[in-house]
Amino acid sequence: MTAQALANAAYVVAALLFVMSLAGLSKHETGRTGIRYGIAGMTIAIAVTVWLSLSGSWTDSTLLGVGLLVAALIVGAVIGLWRAKVVAMTGMPELIALFHSFVGLTAVLVGWNGALHAKELSPELAGVHSAEVFIGVFIGAVTFTGSIVAYLKLSAKMSSKPLILPGRNLLNLFALLGFVVLTVAYVITPVLGLLIAVTVLALALGWHLVASIGGGDMPVVVSMLNSYSGWAAAATGFLLGNDLLIVTGALVGSSGAYLSYIMCRAMNRSFVSVIFGGYGIEAPSESDEEVGEHTETDAASVAELLSNAKTVVITPGYGMAVAQAQYPVAELAKKLREKGVEVRFGIHPVAGRLPGHMNVLLAEAKVPYDIVLEMDEINEDLASTNVVLVIGANDTVNPAATENPSSPIAGMPVLKVWEAENVIVFKRSMASGYAGVANPLFYKPNAKMLFGDAKEKVNDILKAL
Amino acid sequence: MSLIGVVREQQAESRVAATPETVKVIVSLGYEVLVETGAGLKASFPDSAYQAAGAKLGSADAAWGADIVLTVSAPADSEIKRLKKGAVLVGVLSPALKPELLASLAAQGVTALAMDSVPRISRAQSMDVLSSMANIAGYRAVIEAAHEFGRFFTGQVTAAGKVAPAKVLVAGAGVAGLAAIGSASSLGAIVRATDPRPEVADQVKSIGGEYLLVEVEEKMESSDGYAKETGKAYDQRAAEIYSEQAADVDIIITTALIPGRPAPKLITAEDVALMKPGSVIVDMAAAQGGNVAGSVAGQKVVTANGVTILGYTDLPSRLPAQSSQLYGTNLVNLLKLLTPAKDGKAVIDFEDVVQRSVTVVQDGAITWPPPPVQVSAAPVAKAEPVAMPVKKTMSLRTRAALIAAGMAALFAVVSLAPAPLPQHFLVLMLSVVIGFYVIGKVHHALHTPLMSVTNAISGIVVVAAILQINDTNLLVQILAAFGVLLASINVFGGFAVTSRMLKMFTRGDK
Repeated sequence: MTAQALANAAYVVAALLFVMSLAGLSKHETGRTGIRYGIAGMTIAIAVTVWLSLSGSWTDSTLLGVGLLVAALIVGAVIGLWRAKVVAMTGMPELIALFHSFVGLTAVLVGWNGALHAKELSPELAGVHSAEVFIGVFIGAVTFTGSIVAYLKLSAKMSSKPLILPGRNLLNLFALLGFVVLTVAYVITPVLGLLIAVTVLALALGWHLVASIGGGDMPVVVSMLNSYSGWAAAATGFLLGNDLLIVTGALVGSSGAYLSYIMCRAMNRSFVSVIFGGYGIEAPSESDEEVGEHTETDAASVAELLSNAKTVVITPGYGMAVAQAQYPVAELAKKLREKGVEVRFGIHPVAGRLPGHMNVLLAEAKVPYDIVLEMDEINEDLASTNVVLVIGANDTVNPAATENPSSPIAGMPVLKVWEAENVIVFKRSMASGYAGVANPLFYKPNAKMLFGDAKEKVNDILKAL
Repeated sequence: MSLIGVVREQQAESRVAATPETVKVIVSLGYEVLVETGAGLKASFPDSAYQAAGAKLGSADAAWGADIVLTVSAPADSEIKRLKKGAVLVGVLSPALKPELLASLAAQGVTALAMDSVPRISRAQSMDVLSSMANIAGYRAVIEAAHEFGRFFTGQVTAAGKVAPAKVLVAGAGVAGLAAIGSASSLGAIVRATDPRPEVADQVKSIGGEYLLVEVEEKMESSDGYAKETGKAYDQRAAEIYSEQAADVDIIITTALIPGRPAPKLITAEDVALMKPGSVIVDMAAAQGGNVAGSVAGQKVVTANGVTILGYTDLPSRLPAQSSQLYGTNLVNLLKLLTPAKDGKAVIDFEDVVQRSVTVVQDGAITWPPPPVQVSAAPVAKAEPVAMPVKKTMSLRTRAALIAAGMAALFAVVSLAPAPLPQHFLVLMLSVVIGFYVIGKVHHALHTPLMSVTNAISGIVVVAAILQINDTNLLVQILAAFGVLLASINVFGGFAVTSRMLKMFTRGDK
């Protein structure tokens, strides 16, 4: 029994634990068990790998390696745990995007190392090795800059407007073609210049891909980058001939792709168009909207309306996260429930900037998860609801999606809040949402606007109650 | 700053055009308000309450002599004489039915705004007196019926025997009809409703009624939001339904009105004769001639077979406090529209369809009827013109071809690949499939934790970096160490943040 054989066996166990971890996350009840499996799998994988790398003969460089390894692990652990502890739940999308970039960068480094590390290989395998290096570096670099841009956009350090370069689809296509040409060239003559060229090319492509996607599509982008980071890990697995990396990378890659697909379906967007950097996004059509007059209301009358209601549905959106209003909203829900009002939450799949973002925020504010429902679960009931509170959501409650076939968001499934008896819309101004589409909901006779900061307004309502 | 006069209504009218609450708002618009002594008494608003709200009290002459006069019902000739030239009169004037009233108002040289001429468009709903009063009338009609009806509305099983629920038929599901349906069904009755516009079926259902569809080959489209006269085939079938229902139900409430025309006759004398003794009919259209044969406007009539027919025309006035408040709010909303600057000066802008429509006399000239206003909200008109864009789904054949091509490509790659690769491909492929199946079951609410855990797991690249850290090349070692650092941030941070999130998800009933 060699060290390698032992390590391989341990890798199989670790891979299985990862699968069980993801499976455990499918339900609230088993979520915590799932994460324990994941941690166990990761511990086994790292321990075995460390042991494997030390089991050879000891030289000076091994000694240095051990030092570096221990230092890097400790520093990494400290930074990671610290970031995880201090992050606000509203800042989750940024953090996850940033984490993706680390995976991407690591994959690039591993790829470069694969190239720098001179190994004796048969000519046939050497070619394969070169190609693997290129693929790994390419995916890793795209993930890296893509995630950095996503991070900058999500943390509002960069405009969330899509960057529209002339011929941007051609640019992407040329970058891909360039990658293929460079790979072929590198397989024939592996020189460092080509590796640098492909890295720069991939970095630029990653930047451009995400920069040309608008803020509204961010949930898709984040899950897409999640997928890319998985593929990057899988590519390094090919490079090192390590099955654990391939299995884990593929798990993450396919899960991220599946999530992006769900998000795209929820927005009625083509999957391909989002992946290829906003391919086919049109400028919103103007002026065909029926602009009417909206009715304003105030916190006191909303409070009265709420206390007389039998059923209330709250549909939060990104605006709730921005205003940090989840605590007062949860408090409001609690108070109303104590008064015997049936309060539920309706969450659109793409509300927020991350899949499931709203659920996390509400959970943070201790809203019981069994009253937080998905769009499909609640849409039927909206017609028999007395009051719907729309807090910081816009495009996800836009009736134009079902009523106006020429609307840019036509066909996107939305929460049909306008069917309820009363709709109160919390909004800062009459500006349109991320999709840049006017919202006829505001002009419906049963809709009333409550202007101002969502958090303050909800607090006002709480006081009035 | 103009003076607004609120006058005391004639004997039969219990409502008043302003309540202390609406006076406050009017004052905030910059107006001065003068209320005739005793104007709100019948609606339970004492003079002192008006004073507290910021109004002055005054005589009838003072109130009628104000710059803007608010009334509920149309003024009598003697009252018109008291208006000063150039004054503005606001009230329910029924311009279509009373041309002579418009003439005498014009002769007096005043401007008259008819609250019942507000167009039925979304933004004018807050001023729509017909709707707000119809709502009250519908409610009151049920209460009047219940008062005359010698039984419960709701069904009960008691020790003294079983009580069957009352059956109520509401003819016409407009605002009044819907209010009546809602009130009757919340009292526990079984409610049925008829209406020539099939699109109201959902509204009827939503407040607890059952919609009786008149099935004929004729479409009822309404471009101005009101019902229109119906065709022959329809009337015949409807008459049959009314006969069937009359024999079955205990209470009939009719609300059918067509603007500017006599009310349609829905319930014939034969239908009334079919009803059980003790049944009640409320004819809410009695003032316009009545929907029911034998109804007398303003009177209660009992037929030979013991059916009570109520023809009360003052239903909103029978809830004076409530209807004054709603009417007063309608007036306030109109005043808000007329005084955009909130400076106490009313300006009538004929470019605005609402202001144009309500103005029936302007400075002594009759300006009625207004140009027709098309209601954009009619759902019928734009029902089917453009089909929703349907996403193209791949045909079965193209899909099969794509799958076959993919398989062939995979086959070609794997068969050409040198030794360790095919094995890796197999692992990759199986993992992708597992990933899809596992994630497909994840609850939507857990997508964020899922993403952060997959993020932590993708930190597995740390393994790759660790394997490279013992290289003989120093540069490789340093790069690998940097990789370990980054990936381990991911691993530790990812798992930590996920457990933090999962701990927050709690169930309600624990």
